[in-house]
Amino acid sequence: MIPAGAGPVRAGAMPFLYPVRRHGGRALSSLGRLAAGVAREPVGGAAAVVVLAYIAGAALAPVIAPYSPTAADLAARLAPPSPAHWFGTDALGRDVFSRTIYGARVSLLVGLLTVGLCVAIGTVLGMAGAYVRGWPDAAAARTVELLQAFPYLIFAVAMMAFLGPGFWNVIWALALKGWIEFYRLARGETLAQAGREYVEAARAMGYPASWILVSEILPNIANTVTVVALLRLGYFMVLEASLSFLGIGIPPGIPAWGSMISEGRNVLFIAWWVSTIPGLALLVLVLGVNLLGERIREILDPHTASE
Amino acid sequence: MRWLRIVHRMLLAVPVAAGVAVLAFFSLHLLPGDPVQIMLGDTNTSGATIKTLRHELHLDRPLHVQLTLFFAQLAHGDLGTSIVQHRPVAALIAEALPATIELTVATVAVAVLIAVPMGLLSALRPRSWVDRAVLSTSLLGASMPAFWFGLLLILFFAVNARLLPTSGQIDPAIAVPPVTGFLLIDGVLARSGAAVASTLRHLVLPSLTLGVVFAAVLARTVRSSMMDVLHRRYVTTARAKGLPETAVVIKHALRNALIPALTVAGLQIGELLGGNMIVETVFAWPGLGRLVVGSIFARDYLVVQAAVMLYAITYVAANLAVDVAYTVLDPRMEGA
Repeated sequence: MIPAGAGPVRAGAMPFLYPVRRHGGRALSSLGRLAAGVAREPVGGAAAVVVLAYIAGAALAPVIAPYSPTAADLAARLAPPSPAHWFGTDALGRDVFSRTIYGARVSLLVGLLTVGLCVAIGTVLGMAGAYVRGWPDAAAARTVELLQAFPYLIFAVAMMAFLGPGFWNVIWALALKGWIEFYRLARGETLAQAGREYVEAARAMGYPASWILVSEILPNIANTVTVVALLRLGYFMVLEASLSFLGIGIPPGIPAWGSMISEGRNVLFIAWWVSTIPGLALLVLVLGVNLLGERIREILDPHTASE
Repeated sequence: MRWLRIVHRMLLAVPVAAGVAVLAFFSLHLLPGDPVQIMLGDTNTSGATIKTLRHELHLDRPLHVQLTLFFAQLAHGDLGTSIVQHRPVAALIAEALPATIELTVATVAVAVLIAVPMGLLSALRPRSWVDRAVLSTSLLGASMPAFWFGLLLILFFAVNARLLPTSGQIDPAIAVPPVTGFLLIDGVLARSGAAVASTLRHLVLPSLTLGVVFAAVLARTVRSSMMDVLHRRYVTTARAKGLPETAVVIKHALRNALIPALTVAGLQIGELLGGNMIVETVFAWPGLGRLVVGSIFARDYLVVQAAVMLYAITYVAANLAVDVAYTVLDPRMEGA
């Protein structure tokens, strides 16, 4: 079977030398075809709907949320779910539904910004390292070995311990270790591509290395990187929630699912909704993102997809 | 050749361990400001005390001297003295470690007991309802935030049913003379049935929390390596010899399938160590993870520094052990 997007050669770029693209580099540019592929299968379609609903909810939070996420109403402390407060209220009388909707902003933003940073740092260093070699590549490799010695959450906890809570601190604490996966991926893929004829041809025609990396190799590894990035997104969201749960992640002023779950622990026996609802919100989003990622992997990168 | 490979691997771990120590050393310098001031907090401490502390921590010396002294102390097993608790950091860690090890062993046991039968069943009947159920459960487990799952377990088993304790390691009314520090072993040594029973009851929910999440990933691995192995020629040979199916599956297939499963489990050790920290916080389990989190809030950075270093070294050692086990177990690694 011909993989989706393994189409004809890009116009203008040395057609006689261009290979059939291994991963179908142009599938990414055609988002419509990708969306159709996701929707073709019910689980993937459902996952996409869930993820889009969360994104819409987070974006429209001020419109959807019936209350301010930080407004305390001590008269309505620990009110059970009711028509006035769909998901009840917490120990300060804040509306759990409104806070859960605003919490989606933190999870999605931290997840996406962390993935973005990891992809940017990892891909640039990996591609440059594979192409330039020499001491910069060796230095990056040693750094990767060192960072690999730390379990992820332990590394993030240690970083947060010394940096202190904060939105950007969480992102940096996660990204400072997260980039190594993309570094290894980009480096390996670039090495594999660098020996191929179309790269050699571009080099023979005198194109500079930077041009070859960006215009020739990058489109050929973009799909694999995208798939891994998507599969990492949910993991980063769980890590952020874990840090916030421990009280060292997102500062208390910002509604985040992890800290909401932590606050609810103290009232777990008398008000189950305070902890369980934000946790369920997190689980459904992570599940949606993971299922969508798996589906997109099947479409974009069939070689690495599991059976 | 095999032994050469193992020695080579071990030698590679040495610079990494040294690098971890250097990073831990510099972590104190990440603090926004003077570490001593920050650790002492807002208390009105005299300038003389601050000066003494700076001197004790060698912070008044040049950086390269600090680093040399740090390694010299490490070589003597000296991790410094906690400013908050006024006790050696090494002693604090040594007290917390047995609880974490007990929890980890129980977690791995739970995970293996769940994952191996699940993976086996689904591999034997691919695409059946069992297989589908195992795959969906495993996906659910892989997306599950462990701390939230722990709270759910508390909600169902401890509050609604009042069946199991929700926090701590043992009933505080039971006193066990500390011998090894491992409560379960100490309970047996003291011949106290009540202590052992209480310890086991306290162990159920925390080990289940992380064990189930861990099993989700492991079951998938057991399944795929079992499916791979079941199509091998030696399995067909075993069947052709007329061996009973259980013998074929258990003795010939499962034993070989567990080798790749072991590698994946090894890769998950990091998740296990990090997950411990979360579970210990949820269940007020007096282990290393809780010590670290408590020390962060107490601004007891020397404890955090030392514990993180220990976590990293353990992780490196565990990966090395998996690597060695893999080399020893798999005869195909001969000559590789």
